[in-house]
Amino acid sequence: MSTTSKWLGSVDGDARKRTLLGIGSFLLPLLVWCLVSYVPFVWHPKVHVIDPGGVDYFQVDMLVDKTMFADEVANMEREHLAVPTGKSANPIYLPAPDQVARAFYNGFVNPPQSKDVPSMPASLWHSIQIIFWGFLISSIVGVPLGILSGTYTLMGRLSEPFIEFFRYLPAPAFGALAVAILGIYDGPKIAIIVIGTLFQQVLIIANTTRKLEVTLIEAARTLGTRNIKLLSKVVVPGILPDLYRDQRILLGWAWTYLIVAELIGTSSGITWFITQQARYQHFDNVYAAIMTIGIIGFGTDLILARLGRRLFPWDRTQDRR
Amino acid sequence: MKPNNLPSYLDQSEAVKARFDRINQRETILEVRKLGKRFLSAQGEVEALRGIDFSVRRREFVCVIGPSGCGKSTLIRILAGLESHSAGDVLLDGKPVTGPGQDRGMVFQGYSLFPWLTVKKNVMFGPQMNGRDKDEAERDALLWLDLVGLTKFADAYPHQLSGGMRQRVAIARALVNQPRILLMDEPFGALDAQTRSKMQSHLIDIWKNIDVTVLFITHDLDEAIYLADRILVLKAHPGEVQEVIEVPVPRPRSPGQFNTPEFLATKARLEELIHPEPEPEPEDEQAVKPHLIRLTDVADNVE
Repeated sequence: MSTTSKWLGSVDGDARKRTLLGIGSFLLPLLVWCLVSYVPFVWHPKVHVIDPGGVDYFQVDMLVDKTMFADEVANMEREHLAVPTGKSANPIYLPAPDQVARAFYNGFVNPPQSKDVPSMPASLWHSIQIIFWGFLISSIVGVPLGILSGTYTLMGRLSEPFIEFFRYLPAPAFGALAVAILGIYDGPKIAIIVIGTLFQQVLIIANTTRKLEVTLIEAARTLGTRNIKLLSKVVVPGILPDLYRDQRILLGWAWTYLIVAELIGTSSGITWFITQQARYQHFDNVYAAIMTIGIIGFGTDLILARLGRRLFPWDRTQDRR
Repeated sequence: MKPNNLPSYLDQSEAVKARFDRINQRETILEVRKLGKRFLSAQGEVEALRGIDFSVRRREFVCVIGPSGCGKSTLIRILAGLESHSAGDVLLDGKPVTGPGQDRGMVFQGYSLFPWLTVKKNVMFGPQMNGRDKDEAERDALLWLDLVGLTKFADAYPHQLSGGMRQRVAIARALVNQPRILLMDEPFGALDAQTRSKMQSHLIDIWKNIDVTVLFITHDLDEAIYLADRILVLKAHPGEVQEVIEVPVPRPRSPGQFNTPEFLATKARLEELIHPEPEPEPEDEQAVKPHLIRLTDVADNVE
C-alpha cells in the first residue's frame, strides 16, 4: 500500500496543505469571475446608461453596445446636444458575484409570498423530493438486482445483456411516454430519474459484487455457510463499503437527470424557478439557483463520505484519499 | 554435508518406530482413494491429479509437498469440498465428501479473514453459521483466541494485525468449529522467516493439545520435515503420489533438530524427489532475455 500511495502521489501527513488546495480550487474560478466582473477593462462589452442625454431611444439603466454608445456620443457632440453618460458593464447574463450573493441571500431570506412566482426554497424542496423518490425506487430494484447478478452467474447472464442495451436509450426519450402513462405531475419526473439511474446502477453494483475476493466466500463455505446466508453474511457485508461508494456516485448521477426530468409534463421545482427567472432576465437568481443545486449535491456527498468513514471503519481504500 | 555420510531416511529409531506403530493403530480419519481430477483449460484438457491414494490417521500431522504445478492446492481444495473431483473417492470418517462442511477446517495462505468483522466476530462466525447462539459462540471464540494468544486483540479489525497474527486468527476461526481435520494450504507462505518459524512451533503446540488431525501443504522442505509425521511427496504433470515418507525425526520437535542426521537425510531424499534434474524453463521465462549494457562509469565497480 505504501508503494501505491507513493505512486499515486497521495500526501499522508499533509492535511493542511490538502485543505488549502481544496479551498484554492474553489477560489480560483471565483477570482476569475471577480476579475471579469469588477475590472472594467477586462471584458465589459456593454455600456450601462446613466443619463440618456439627447439620445431619444436611450433610457436610464439600459444596456447598449459599446460601439453604439460611442457613435451616439459622437452624434450628440456634433449636434451640440446633451451627451449621454454611462459606465461600462457586462451583458445581463453575467451578473457580478455580489449580485448573485445578494440574490442567493434574498432567495432564502425573503422568498416571494405570491403563489404565481416560485420561491427558491419551495422549488428546491420539490426537486429534492423528486430526486429522493427517484433514487429510492431505483435503489430498491437496482441494488438487489445488481447484487444477485454479481453473485449468481446465471442471474447475471440473464439480466445484464438486456440492461446493457437499455442503458444506451436516453432517459429523456421516454418523457412523452412517461407523461402518457403517469400523468403530467411528479410521476413522469420520478420515472425519468429512475430510468436514468437504474440501469447503470444494476451494472455498476453487479461489477462491484464480482470484485469481492473469492477466498472470502470459500472461507465462509468451509466454515459451514450456505445459500442465502452466504449472500447476507458474506457477500453483502463484504461489498458494503464499495456499494456505498457506488450509491454516492449514482446519487450524483440522479441529480444530473433532474433538470431534464422536471421539464417533462408541467415544469416544476428548481427547473421551473430557473426558467421563470430567466424569462424575467433575473439572471442573478438563475445563477443562485444553479449554484444551490451544486452546493446541495456536493454537500450531500461530503456528508455521505464522512458518514461512510464512520460506518465502515475497516475499509482500507478510504485511507488513500 | 554430503548425503553419503548420512543414515538412510528409512532408518527409524525405536521411539520413532513405536510412535508410528501407535499412529497406525488409530482409526482412519481421511481416506483418499484413486482420486483424479481433470479439467478443461484454454490449452485443452489438463490432468491435474491422477490416482492419488493415501489415508490420514487420527491426530496425525501429514504434510503434502511437491514442485509447483503438482496439484497440491487442487488436492486440498478437493478435500475441503471447494472443488469437485473427476475420479475416485474422498472419505471422511468413511463418509464421502460432497461439499464444504464444518467437519473440515481450512486455513488459506491469504488469511481470508472477513475484514468487516472484528477478530472475535471472525472466530464467532463459524459457530453462528452452524446455529449456535451468540453467547455460546462468543464464549468459544474467546477461548480459542486465548489459545492463540490474541485475547488482547479481540476487538481489533484484521487490517490492524500483522500477518502472523492474522494467520493465528484464521487458525482459531477454523478450529473453533472443532473440525475432524484441519486443512492448511501453505498457511505460512506469506510470512517472513522469523514469524514463520514462530508460527510453526505454535502450530505444533496447538496440535499437541487438541484432538485435531492436520493436513498441511507447503513447498518448504524444512517446514514439512519439522512439522510432519508423514510427508506425501507429489510429482507434477499429472499430480501423482511419488512417495510417502515417514519422517524419522523424533518428537518432541524443536528448531535445534534442523541439523540432525535424520533431518538432513530426509531433506536429501526430498530434494532428490522434487528436483531430480533441472527442469526446462517454461516458454514464457525463455522469452525474457535481459540485455545488459554498461550504464555506469567503467571504473566504478561494485564487485
